[in-house]
Amino acid sequence: MSYTLKINGQNHELDVDGDMPLLWAVRDHLKFTGTKFGCGMAQCGACTLHIDGVATRSCVLPVADAVGKEITTIEGLASPAARAVQTAWVELQVPQCGYCQSGQVMSATALLEQNNAPSDADIDSAMSGNICRCGTYPRIKAGIKLAADQIKNAGGVA
Amino acid sequence: MNTNRFSVNKQNADVDTGRRTFLKVAATGSAGLTLGISLSAGAQSRAVADTALEYNAFVSITPDNAVRIYIKHLEMGQGVYTGLATCVAEELDADWAQIVCEHAPVDTAKYANLLMGQQGTGGSTAMANSFMQLRRAGAAARAMLVAAAAQRWQVPADDIKVSQGIVSHASHSATFGELAIDAARQTPPANDNLKLKTPDQFQLIGSESTLRKDVGKHNGTAIYTQDVQLPGMLTAVVAHAPRFGARVRSFDATAALARKGVHQVFEIDTGVAVVADDYWSATKGRELLQIEWDETRAETRSSETLLQQYRSLVETGGTIAEQHGNAVTTLTNASDTMELVFEFPYLAHAQMEPVNCVAQVSGNSAELWYGCQSATGDQMAVAQLLGARPQDVKINTVFAGGGFGRRANPMADYVLEAVRIARQVPDTAVKLVWSREDDMQGGFYRPAYAHKLSAALDSQGNPTAFRARIAGQSIMAGTSMAAMMVSNGIDNTSVEGLTEFAYDVPERQVELHTTDVGIPVQWWRSVGNTHTAFSKEVFIDALARKADIDPIEYRLSLLGNNPRETAVLKLAAEKAGWGTRELPEGWGRGVAVHTSFGSTVAEIAEVSVQGNNFKVERVVAVIDCGIAVNPGVIRAQVEGAIAYGLSAALQDELTLTDGVVDQSNFHNYQVLRMNAMPIVETHILPSTNAPSGVGEPGTPPIAPAVANALADATGQRLTRLPLRLA
Repeated sequence: MSYTLKINGQNHELDVDGDMPLLWAVRDHLKFTGTKFGCGMAQCGACTLHIDGVATRSCVLPVADAVGKEITTIEGLASPAARAVQTAWVELQVPQCGYCQSGQVMSATALLEQNNAPSDADIDSAMSGNICRCGTYPRIKAGIKLAADQIKNAGGVA
Repeated sequence: MNTNRFSVNKQNADVDTGRRTFLKVAATGSAGLTLGISLSAGAQSRAVADTALEYNAFVSITPDNAVRIYIKHLEMGQGVYTGLATCVAEELDADWAQIVCEHAPVDTAKYANLLMGQQGTGGSTAMANSFMQLRRAGAAARAMLVAAAAQRWQVPADDIKVSQGIVSHASHSATFGELAIDAARQTPPANDNLKLKTPDQFQLIGSESTLRKDVGKHNGTAIYTQDVQLPGMLTAVVAHAPRFGARVRSFDATAALARKGVHQVFEIDTGVAVVADDYWSATKGRELLQIEWDETRAETRSSETLLQQYRSLVETGGTIAEQHGNAVTTLTNASDTMELVFEFPYLAHAQMEPVNCVAQVSGNSAELWYGCQSATGDQMAVAQLLGARPQDVKINTVFAGGGFGRRANPMADYVLEAVRIARQVPDTAVKLVWSREDDMQGGFYRPAYAHKLSAALDSQGNPTAFRARIAGQSIMAGTSMAAMMVSNGIDNTSVEGLTEFAYDVPERQVELHTTDVGIPVQWWRSVGNTHTAFSKEVFIDALARKADIDPIEYRLSLLGNNPRETAVLKLAAEKAGWGTRELPEGWGRGVAVHTSFGSTVAEIAEVSVQGNNFKVERVVAVIDCGIAVNPGVIRAQVEGAIAYGLSAALQDELTLTDGVVDQSNFHNYQVLRMNAMPIVETHILPSTNAPSGVGEPGTPPIAPAVANALADATGQRLTRLPLRLA
């Protein structure tokens, strides 16, 4: 069946089964490979993208349910919060293997877009759905705080 | 400059044409052709820089002023891109910003791991074996740039300076790029003629400033196996047997083949392969397969049954792995002894990127794209399968989404599975993808073990004799590496860490029962030390407590012959405030120290306990890894190694019921998440020794440090992983 998905501001026509998870439509059909496959059951967060600005696990979201929504993948991230997060990620050398980091960046960005001064507890709560087996958690936390500071210094608009 | 050559993926770029065009343009000094090289069939890791501009096996400098460093080790998160590049850039006097790293091709003659004799990554050897080799490579390239400049400017080479990517003499100055072509034509200097820097001249090695290498891991452009795109590529999944050792008896693929997107279904050695347009179609097709398994030779025991057997085994004598004096007699006659029995479950690696591999077989040759860790071994295995020569198997190495041991399979299991599928779909690239469930239930685990440790004690509570008995599967038996790693029935990876005992105990004996179990096992970050460091350090702690002596003092008194362990312990105690920093009510503090892969690490953990729950709040780590080439990478690795070991200390546990793995995904194989991550403070002991391992040595001490902290807080002596308070 044909579906129209709005991804990173552009409409894409897709002829796939409606029950195909958005992750595979995005990766295998539209070649946005920044969004990663980690578990297939919304347990690890590697597939996190934004649906209408909300961090969402794309590996369990059927394509049919994503129609009419604003989908943002890591390739389309452009908000001040996103830039601050990505700058902090490079600055603090957050990634190790890096495979989970697209999802980490998406979750961190969504957090800062809603709360530009998160506490440790806010960060734990927003980020504990994203597994990193390399154990970059301390740097992710530090990266979010650095990004929050940058946003604050730039005038507080995430 | 494009620092990530895979980030621009133009399907129309023909690599051979690209190479010729590049040479032409390079000769006129234009830059910019580093863009637009696709990862299409035929692309290889040196597509950009032609061999004519290779100064040696590790360095290429192009007129666009890029210094390309070929990394012979797999970058899987351990930081080899940064760490190894640091060595080259140091001696080359390059500007760090001009460094571009890429994986070297598989070519054992050029890129062997000097500690392994074959190309491959593992055993935390990347820096240890490369340090001098890469410094020489950088120094040689520098000498060629200087020779070219001397020729061009007609000045003595000795008067030429090189600093941060600029070659200069009086009024002359040139970038590396401006000299690149002339310099490449110079005769490479002999190793004996190279002048390497003395440590006081190092600018980059040991530098505390973060040496950032942005390779697109923050913006989704870094390419992993899962992301490889090739024209006409298909995706394959495999239905594996529910029990290890079972084989396909028969199968019915009618429904699967009728599924949209499914191309082919066929039997291979390891199960039934489904080849489809994409992953979703392949997976849906697999769900429709009807398979009858022949379980005649399947392993049907439960993990608990095995551990029961191991607990009995360690009550009896095993094969002697190490013997000093007559520990058995001393133990028998001792008036005071201590005994503890330890248990360790199977562990999955659970790296974030499940196992995968892209392969294309054409006639007798093959090309592969994946996070290749055992380069020579994989290449040989594929060549043997196809009846080809190793050089007919071309391997393109991409980033690996974690490894922790899993990707270096001595049997090349998943690589051969990909090739077995691809050869049934000739001239077509096939991406083999394991789901998380396939990965978790697909074997090659850290083996389960039981240990029994015994000590005879003198009147002060000091050990006079020590015996360790270990029961569990051999990682090496039956692999191509058995000849190297197993001797007289002892697989060194089963006993390492308890042999070569750090503590000064005059009589010692280590015994091993190697068990025969049909569950595939493999190394897991820090290998044998994952279990031996735990029993050793918990046991020593228990001895200290029994003697009513401070656990650090007790250790130090037994480490008189061991200056490295002594030094890291003392520094860790100081940094953690051992004996000076007051802990909140309900907290406990524990220590462990262990040497592995040539490096020594002490860790002090602080835990808070509430009822049967606890949280690790803070960990202070001190590492002695020789010269700290890149302190930032070292700290990141120690943090990560602690997180990985802590995950196993707190919750990782893989069990089997009647031979079927009970866990399947992260909902029932729980791993460490951010909310359980402690504060980690890493300190690097200054050293002038040659660099040693960094990726693994931080893992072994964390579980015993936490167990010892729990003993401090609660009095409970936990000897089974994962740790659970009663």
